[in-house]
Order: sequence, then structure tokens, then C-alpha cells
Amino acid sequence: MTVRTQFVTFDRIALDCGVTLSPVDVAYETYGELNAARSNAILILHAFSGDAHAAGVSAETGKTGWWDNMIGPGKAFDTDKYFVICSNVLGGCMGTTGPSSINPETGCPYAMSFPVITISDMVRLQKMLVDHLGITRLLAVAGGSMGGMQALEWAVAYPQAVASVLPIATTARHSAQQIAFNEVGRQAIMADPDWNGGNYYGKKPPARGLAVARMVGHITYMSDDSMREKFGRRLRNDGFSFNFEIDFEVESYLRYRGAQFVDRFDANSYLYITKAMDYFDLAYGRAPTLAAALERTNARFLVLSFTSDWLYPSYQSLEIVSALRSRNKDVAYCELPSNYGHDAFLVDVAEESELIRGFLASTYKENT
Amino acid sequence: MAALTGAPSHTSFVPSVLGRRDFAIIGEIVAPGSRVLDLGCGEGELLAWLAANKRVQARGVEISGAKVQRAIARGVSVYQGDIDQGLADYPDHAFDYVILSQTLQETRHPLRVLREMLRVGRRAIVAFPNFGHWRVRLAHLFTGRAPKTALFPHDWFDSPNIHFLTVRDFEDLANREAWKIERRIFLSGRRTVRLAPNLFAEVAVFLIAN
Repeated sequence: MTVRTQFVTFDRIALDCGVTLSPVDVAYETYGELNAARSNAILILHAFSGDAHAAGVSAETGKTGWWDNMIGPGKAFDTDKYFVICSNVLGGCMGTTGPSSINPETGCPYAMSFPVITISDMVRLQKMLVDHLGITRLLAVAGGSMGGMQALEWAVAYPQAVASVLPIATTARHSAQQIAFNEVGRQAIMADPDWNGGNYYGKKPPARGLAVARMVGHITYMSDDSMREKFGRRLRNDGFSFNFEIDFEVESYLRYRGAQFVDRFDANSYLYITKAMDYFDLAYGRAPTLAAALERTNARFLVLSFTSDWLYPSYQSLEIVSALRSRNKDVAYCELPSNYGHDAFLVDVAEESELIRGFLASTYKENT
Repeated sequence: MAALTGAPSHTSFVPSVLGRRDFAIIGEIVAPGSRVLDLGCGEGELLAWLAANKRVQARGVEISGAKVQRAIARGVSVYQGDIDQGLADYPDHAFDYVILSQTLQETRHPLRVLREMLRVGRRAIVAFPNFGHWRVRLAHLFTGRAPKTALFPHDWFDSPNIHFLTVRDFEDLANREAWKIERRIFLSGRRTVRLAPNLFAEVAVFLIAN
């Protein structure tokens, strides 16, 4: 399945911080066909470093989508049955307007003059895209990690526009630990002299800082078990080097992942998007409790967590489930066994696929 | 009694649903279009059947992750959790029926579970194996050991059953708690038992309300 990223430009978007951003571009991809009743559309929401290219092989880059094991003909999000949409988030660096985009007023990249954004700003832009595509009600909104936060935000911000919600390996509010890891990443970037107050476009980017940020991130995406299995104490060469070059396989892996990330991700986007996650609290400014915030939704929910995910632990999913149950909402919940840590939702997909397939099939039946 | 549950009185008795008599009886009791919560719902077979045949809003609670997975894959909204604590989140009278089928004897705190069932549900349907059946009594009397019968096939050390109640025990408790017993159905194999159910019923099904 070869796919092409598409683009749409909107005149403006009003943001939570009070600023109006104008204009705003959105990069998105679609897979499958929208049916005549427009009732089979599913919006996939990407995680922190994801992009619009969720499935298939990109005509531009030749790369396979980040959730290609879940989206496609016969897969969990079956493109023979459903029309699947995925867009790059606001503040991103993969085609949607973000800090690396050109500010039309100055002719230069926004850099740190880009307004601080929130998860609900991202969702507001997605709603504009969905409206643009002529869809009034989505069959499902689904995403893991930061994508799950957006799915929850959709349920509360546009309750009439979603039939079902799949928040996976996620939380209804960022915890102190999650904020702490993000802050370490941001400080690593800002401590790199090449960051230069965010003004590095056209110059040397803060590659070392961004790589360190990504290394920390990768540790939080794995589990002690999966790291022991993947690397153990295995050495790169025979014996210790007795210097500070790479000794251990795990060091080599983290450096490789860090260096690779620098080539594809913008450091300022890292700052803005992690901040949006840290601000995320579904109830904040809306209702006194999470349960009260979820009162407005009448969607079906499938909440999934993974046993070894210590970055978004199951207790956070259970908070969502408990709040929904207290309002007698329709919610299914399962903690899936996996050793892959937070990455499980991306890589350990056999059982996840079965659950999502069944959940979507029954939701589709109810809604057509 | 049929009027109480909204089921038409001329409904012919369903002999079995998915091979289970207790399911068939529950299927008869439950009014179409009602809200149903099944505790210890396993792979959601009964709920899926009720949703398809009685158009109920079906929800379930199940502790086993593997079973929850199969239930959700079947399209039933099941929550992975423990029955003993799993009801606390629900508001009062969230359901028309709360079902506990063949699980009461396995719960740590049966009375707490039954009270919770009647808080979150307007009615409770409880099916349990009758420990007062004559075969169980004889097995206990003659072997001098924890009875093993077709109904209670487990060795004492690996039995999931931690409470051994009889028809009479349950009715005594219903009396004490002032629950209204709206229906009682007793089964032995495929037959319905009318005489001396505490001796002859293998499975008892009660529909109770507060």
C-alpha cells in the first residue's frame, strides 16, 4: 500500500494560551474508503514523536508507517472496512505547523516565538481537519500514549462527534514522574549551546542535547525486563575499553537511537510537544473531578494498558476506567501482559489487535 | 411471576443456552432491552447471547485477563477486575439486573457482594451449586472426606469454592436481609426440581430484589 501525505491549510486557529495562529497547515494521510453514509471513519492519533504516516509505504520516503502492524487490510484497523485518518499534531515538525515553520509575519521560522500549545489545541485542529473531510461523527478515535490523551480530549471536547474512544497506554493527567522525565529532556536540549535560545535554523542544530533527550525517552519506553533481554551486560567488543567510548550494547543502542532521532526531529518541537503533554489534565479547568469531566461523553470506551509499562502505568488507565464506571459509561478495560514496557502498544500487537478488531466490529454494528 | 420480569408468560422454556441450563433460565428472566451486569462473566458468552437475543446493554466484570480479552474481542464491554471490590465504582441502580452465575461460592465476601449487587442493580440473579444435594451429603457421610461429586469435582486443596452454601442457607440469608425472592428455579441436570429442592436441586437460581 503506497500512500502520500496530503496537506490542507486553515486560515486560523485560536489557541488555549490566547494567541491566534494564522495560517495553519495540517499534514495528514488517509487509508481505505469513506463509505456513503460517512459512518466508517476512524481517527488515529500519534504519540509524541510520531507523524501522519501511520500505515503503508510512503511514496515520498519509502518508509513504512509507525503503526503499519495495526492499520491495513485485514488488520486491527481494517482498511477494507474503515476509512482511517492520521494527521501530524500541531507543534510538530512533520508537515503540520510548528516552531520550525515559517512565520509569515517575519519570513523566519517561529522558533521560540511559536505560541505554547496544549493537547486540546491539537485536538481542535484535528476537528477542523475532520470537518474539512466532511465527517460529522467518527466511528472511533484511537491512540497510544500522547495519542491516548488526544483520544480522551476528543471524547470530552466533541462528545457528539465520536462513537467510540480507544485510549491506550495513557493517562488522563500527566504525573509528576512523567513531567520530570520531560523536563530532563527539555533541559538537555536547552543546555546545548547550539540550541541558542531556539534560533538554530539554518545553523548547527542542538544535536547533542536532543540526542540525550531521546536517550532518556527511550529508557522510559522500555522495561527492565526488555532491556535485560535485549542487551543484558553484553559488550560491544571483547573486554572493557577502559575509556568512555562505548563498552556496552545498551550504550551503543541509545547513542544510535539518539543520533537517528536528530535527523528526523526538531528540538523546538520537542520542547513544545512535551510541554503540551505536561499541561494535560482532562479535568483541569473543566470540572472538579475526572468523573465529572467525563459526564458529557456517551461514547463506548476501550481502555488498554500493559503490565510492564512503568511510564504510563496501569493505575492511570484504571483511574480513567473508574471515573467512567462511576458515571455508568460503557467501558471495557484490559491490562495486557507484555514485557515491552511502554513500547508494547507499538510492538506487541497480537492481543491488542484482537481486542481492537472485536471492539470496532461491535461498535460499527451498533452505529450503522 | 412472569409479569414481574416483563417476560411474556407464554414464552416456551428455553431448555439450554450455549449448553447451560442456568444461562437459559437467566435468558428467560432478563427483560428485553434492560441493562445487565454479569459478574465473573468469563468470556462473555452469556452477555453476547443476551445482547444478540434480548438487545440488553451488556457489561461484565472478569478477573482473568485471557477471558477478558476474548470477551472484548467478542464485542462485549468487560472490565478486568475483582468482583469482591469491582462494584464500588458504579452508582446506585446503574443496572436492571446484576448476574452472579456459579461464582457466589468462590467470592471472598459473599454477603458484601450480594449487597453490592442489590445496590448497583434493581434486581440480582444468583445461580449457585447446591451443597445440600443428597449426593453431596452422602459423599460427605460415607467417605468422611470433603465431598467430591460431579457438581463439586475438585480436591479440597485446589477447589475454587471457598463457601459451601445450600438452598436453605441462601433463603435464610434472604430472609435475614429482607430481600424479596421474586423467582426461584431449581435444576437437576436438564430437569426442573419442584419437590424438596434442598435435597434434589443441583443448581439453584434466585431472582432477588431489595
